[in-house]
Amino acid sequence: MKLESKVPAGGLSQKWTNHKFNLKLVNPANKRKYDVIVVGTGLAGASAAASLAELGYNVKIFCFQDSPRRAHSIAAQGGINASKNYPNDGDSTYRLFYDTIKGGDYRSREANVYRLAEVSNNIIDQCVAQGVPFAREYGGLLDNRSFGGAQVSRTFYARGETGQQLLLGAYSALMRQVGLKQVQMFTRREMLDVVLIDGKARGIVVRNLINGDVESYAADAVLLCTGGYGNVFYLSTNAKGSNGTAVWRAYKKGAFFGNPCFTQIHPTCIPVSGSYQSKLTLMSESLRNDGRIWVPKNPGDKRAPGQIPEEERDYFLERKYPSFGNLVPRDVASRNAKEMVDADKGVGSTGVAVYLDFNDAIKRLGRDKIEEKYGNLFEMYELITAEDPYHVPMRIYPASHYTMGGLWVDYNLMTTVPGLFALGECNFSDHGANRLGASALMQGLADGYFVIPYTLGGYLAEMKKEKVSTDHPAFKECEENIKQNVRKLLSVKGKRTVDDFHRELGNIMWNFVGMSRSENGLKTAVEKIRTLREEFWNDVYIPGSNEELNQSLEKAGRVADFLELGELMAEDALQRRESCGGHFREESQTEENEAKRDDENFAFVAAWEYKGQNVKPELHKEQLVFENVQPSQRSYK
Amino acid sequence: MGWFIKFIDSSLGKKLVMALTGLFLALFLLEHLGGNLLLLINDGGEAFTTFSEVMASPYNIIIRVIEYGLFILMFYHAVNGVRLWFLNKRSRGQAYESYNPSANSTLFSRTMILSGSIIFIFLVIHLRTFFFPYRLGDAPGSMYEGVIEAFSDPVYSGFYLLALVLLAFHLIHGVQSAFQTLGLNHNKYTPFIKGFGIVFAVVICAGFASIPIYFLFRSMSGGM
Amino acid sequence: MAKNMNLKLKVWRQKNKEDKGRFQIYDATNVSPDMSFLEMIDVVNEELIKKGEDPIAIDHDCREGICGSCGVYINGRPHGPLREITTCQLYMRHFHDGQTIVIEPWRAAAFPVIKDLIVDRSAFDRIIAAGGFISVNTGGAPDANAIPITKDDQEWSLDAAECIGCGACVAACKNASAMLFVSAKASHLVRLPQGKIERERRALAMVAQMEKEGFGSCTNTEACSAECPKGISMDAIAQLRREYFKANFKVRK
Repeated sequence: MKLESKVPAGGLSQKWTNHKFNLKLVNPANKRKYDVIVVGTGLAGASAAASLAELGYNVKIFCFQDSPRRAHSIAAQGGINASKNYPNDGDSTYRLFYDTIKGGDYRSREANVYRLAEVSNNIIDQCVAQGVPFAREYGGLLDNRSFGGAQVSRTFYARGETGQQLLLGAYSALMRQVGLKQVQMFTRREMLDVVLIDGKARGIVVRNLINGDVESYAADAVLLCTGGYGNVFYLSTNAKGSNGTAVWRAYKKGAFFGNPCFTQIHPTCIPVSGSYQSKLTLMSESLRNDGRIWVPKNPGDKRAPGQIPEEERDYFLERKYPSFGNLVPRDVASRNAKEMVDADKGVGSTGVAVYLDFNDAIKRLGRDKIEEKYGNLFEMYELITAEDPYHVPMRIYPASHYTMGGLWVDYNLMTTVPGLFALGECNFSDHGANRLGASALMQGLADGYFVIPYTLGGYLAEMKKEKVSTDHPAFKECEENIKQNVRKLLSVKGKRTVDDFHRELGNIMWNFVGMSRSENGLKTAVEKIRTLREEFWNDVYIPGSNEELNQSLEKAGRVADFLELGELMAEDALQRRESCGGHFREESQTEENEAKRDDENFAFVAAWEYKGQNVKPELHKEQLVFENVQPSQRSYK
Repeated sequence: MGWFIKFIDSSLGKKLVMALTGLFLALFLLEHLGGNLLLLINDGGEAFTTFSEVMASPYNIIIRVIEYGLFILMFYHAVNGVRLWFLNKRSRGQAYESYNPSANSTLFSRTMILSGSIIFIFLVIHLRTFFFPYRLGDAPGSMYEGVIEAFSDPVYSGFYLLALVLLAFHLIHGVQSAFQTLGLNHNKYTPFIKGFGIVFAVVICAGFASIPIYFLFRSMSGGM
Repeated sequence: MAKNMNLKLKVWRQKNKEDKGRFQIYDATNVSPDMSFLEMIDVVNEELIKKGEDPIAIDHDCREGICGSCGVYINGRPHGPLREITTCQLYMRHFHDGQTIVIEPWRAAAFPVIKDLIVDRSAFDRIIAAGGFISVNTGGAPDANAIPITKDDQEWSLDAAECIGCGACVAACKNASAMLFVSAKASHLVRLPQGKIERERRALAMVAQMEKEGFGSCTNTEACSAECPKGISMDAIAQLRREYFKANFKVRK
């Protein structure tokens, strides 16, 4: 099978306009004859479902939570980018495009990224009209801030709760359509399979999480908006329920998986406090604007931070990167912290953390100023750790935060399975090998509000209209497979809990497929994951039955998928013998230990095709063509 | 008219009725207290008797209308309050095993039905002692004499005082709550309203209480 | 460093909607003060599973205080003994060795128990579907700066918009009233010029749905606001009342 990106011809800035014109339209009176399934109710899913329902399509939307408003988009703190150029500081569609391509370390598709920058402004307009209370100036106009080291102020925000406000906006638009009966909402349902008929996605099969019923739903197209798979690391900033099951089942049905090894590790998270740790909490990286990161110079120095004199401290980022200092990109900051911990210079009771010290900033700016800037973050830190960061340096450590990889999609956001689309974090597009701050929210909403309403219409207008019912044997087969899989899980009756396996998988992933990867490490990871997977299917114990609300069973299905997805991530990291963005291969670094990209051999999207259980998947390559920007090597010295 | 009945019988409407009737009753309390304090003037009840005769005069049409209104609203306030309480109780369903409401709300606000019920019982007794015999019936002697007689009984006075304390509880929450119910909540003014509610409650309670205390002590010290 | 604790948990167990349910006592041993409340439950559940018992079902997701999934009644208060936090933000250092912790689901007729500590809060979604939105379709929005909004109004709107829909207000209220939740959404929207257009319709529709769901009526005890993890103020409720009263007199039918 050949990968067709379907990027339209023409100049970069004309591609989307031309494409919108060239896409076939569905007659307004005919839209109500089409059923669309949306899985996931985060920014991408809610915005897509609402927009499609407004157009007149019949939409069914599914989420595993008790309410669509709980999707993890809600936890995004920082903001959302748009190239409005309100501050008059030189921003433009092209600059946002350029920054995103460059930030992604030249591993994303030019045309997609340009379109993202192009519709970014419409998103802000749409959200304001919906009642999203973005921060404003005293004059009544919108306020912007600079975020994540950007040279322009293009980030719109609502306190530290931008994701929540944007999601509630999309959720309210969705619920309006639910009230109008244009959308049917299904909560506490977990998608467990995509149903293909004549090679096209024609529905899904879900498990009702309350009573265990396996239910089928048919449609003319299926949109996956199911977020990232960062929880493969067990500890991450993702919600506990965030999972890769929907995309993984789609992958097994023929959708290619793009760049699975591209994950983002966020440097400023609150570190692990003990073996019971269940998740990690992110603190805005704006903290690095004023905080200084250090560790003791001497390995094994266990003194309290206040007792370590200035000359025995190593401000390692300032030392190694004099011009960027503590503000180096996320991946660089994260990797260096890990290096320090590996060299036994880690701090705190676990030794797996570095200090982020505000002492100098408080001396320079005064406590009031620091409180005004970071008060809520300091409070959050104290709530969790019971330490007062005004007096004791914060302890931070990196954590898995976002996955740039995901289902491979073409310019229309369609996967390699016709009729199966992927939106938001669960697709691979737009962010390349590294995502810029405040761009995830932008992408989720761009896909849902402004891309899919056009491209889905194009697909539906061209497809042969044939109603299918859930009585079709393809549905029955999927249902049977799912029931069998559940029975299999429940019948193992081993000794170890699901979480126990998940924790071990997380350890393997973090140690070998985390911030720093090597040929040997990755091979070890593949071996270990395979062994663990086998053990899982022989020794997992799941209490209870299928016919009830069974949280262990839900988790088991997800962990079983992570145990396969983890291996694919390692395989992908193995084949990509270059360093780029969040993917650091120890074999590919400059003399100064910086990531070294290899454009000649690796300027492609790795798209993996499933070939069967325990069969090596096939790698397809989509060459990335750069017609407008010239890939360059990053330097933060 | 259908919409109006639906409106005042909605959950917010019922509460609005409670607030409006409550405020009206609070105003009546003020008027009532003003009249009653005349009892404390050492004039053998002359001022009080004049006042009660004016208020009771069948030719005082405005007062007569207000009086009927007062009875109707008082009754509505009570019935509506009981209805709300029943409906709200049903909304909880199963009760909590461990319940620590003092951590988040005042005792006054949670016990309106209790303070209200006791006040209602008090009202019935109060009307039976004073209003019915002297205004509607043909009790011998003046109301002033009736007051002296009633309050020289320590049990009656004691119950009267208890009811007044509960009235204060009812008012401490009721007055400020009425403003909140009317939608009058403002960062700047609400603290004042809450303070005012407490002062109002204490003044009403202390004012009314002064009368039985005065007459009780007078009777105990044997003076007339 | 503070020492680990041994605690007793008195937890509501209920198999499903139909089951009558009962309390059961569990030991939580060697609990670190740095554990979150949910992590403590995780550890107890791991032990239960290993013993072949059914683990305690509890809703949770983001574990950083924003998704609104978690929420249980802990020792007589929603989200436990601290103010302005969710259950997931509660740490075990706020309990002491030997303490008994009573853990119950939200109790409200409109929130039926699904299993153990999990309740059905879909009534909230239906209230939003009835009117908790601004009726704008995707597309057609004017430039985001076309209508200036004073910073005060924006901040005030955001104060109400922070509601996470956890249901603690209903759980705390002696009447199981949803007024704080409903008014937070109504106030968020009506404090912005964009939301004023359909204010009457919204107030009437949301209140009507709220009543239909069987929530009690607000008697201003202010318990909701005191227990709200986001500290939503009573001024939201006052605002909804004004909106509702005006709407009743203003709309033409």
